[in-house]
Amino acid sequence: MANFGVIVFPGSNCDHDAYHALKHVMNADVKFLWHKDTDLSDIDFLIVPGGFSYGDYLRSGAIARFSPIMQEVVKFAEKGGPVMGICNGFQILLEAGLIPGAMMHNNKLRFVCKSVNIRVENTESMFTSHLKKGQVLNIPVSHGEGNYFIDDDGLKALNDNNQVLFRYTDAEGNLTDEANFNGSRDSIAGITNVGGNVLGMMPHPERAMEKILGSEDGKPIFDSILNSLSIA
Amino acid sequence: MYKAKVNVTLRPSILDPKGKAAHHALQNLGLDQVEQVRIGKFIELDVNADSEAAAKEVVEAACAKLLANEVMEDFEITID
Repeated sequence: MANFGVIVFPGSNCDHDAYHALKHVMNADVKFLWHKDTDLSDIDFLIVPGGFSYGDYLRSGAIARFSPIMQEVVKFAEKGGPVMGICNGFQILLEAGLIPGAMMHNNKLRFVCKSVNIRVENTESMFTSHLKKGQVLNIPVSHGEGNYFIDDDGLKALNDNNQVLFRYTDAEGNLTDEANFNGSRDSIAGITNVGGNVLGMMPHPERAMEKILGSEDGKPIFDSILNSLSIA
Repeated sequence: MYKAKVNVTLRPSILDPKGKAAHHALQNLGLDQVEQVRIGKFIELDVNADSEAAAKEVVEAACAKLLANEVMEDFEITID
């Protein structure tokens, strides 16, 4: 059975949510990895969780990216190992250069903590195979710097390579300015690298795993991941 | 020992919501002459190097690797 590793940085605060989602909802094998660990030999899937690593000093993710474990994460990802960065994890993966682009402050400057709708754009990914194209998921966000930026050429490459997995929409799946609450370029909520093995997303699927907590729309993402690992 | 001063600014093409908010507040104060505000970061580094050129090289590496994100920011270095 696949082994999941959840990285813990000083200032991570969604590490336990990710651990709970995998261990108790998905019944998967999972362990925490301290940011000073460098041995990933028994890990099949890495999660870089949300939070405020290193207090978001300088820029969110900028300092975490130089943690000892991140050098190993880059090697792991470059060999095709699957990595999922959620929220601050997405920011760290951007800073590490594993996925293209950068994060700016939300365009209205507010920290936004609420449930939002995201539309599934591509189901050929290992992260979305259990979803339907165009399906709308209700998943919480919680960030102040989630305004995704990429230049024109970069955006074209993302679209040409089908790297965009999720976009912010309204409940019916329409792209609107209001639904794009943080001002992200092209309403982007989640993208992969060119190889498709590294995902960064601002919404928190690990917080949408059980009906009693408001939504279980995050579960099919983890179903997709477990399925892809079991056949890999 | 050299003192390096680094200005990190958002690229001109990038919207600066903090600058916009500050500009709005300045207008509320009646300072209508201010036409635009852009907010960046100022960083000071004490650098131990043999020459000004060597110090600049170190600071350039620091900027490119960590202090600025060149996807959205520019940096400017002065060495004293």
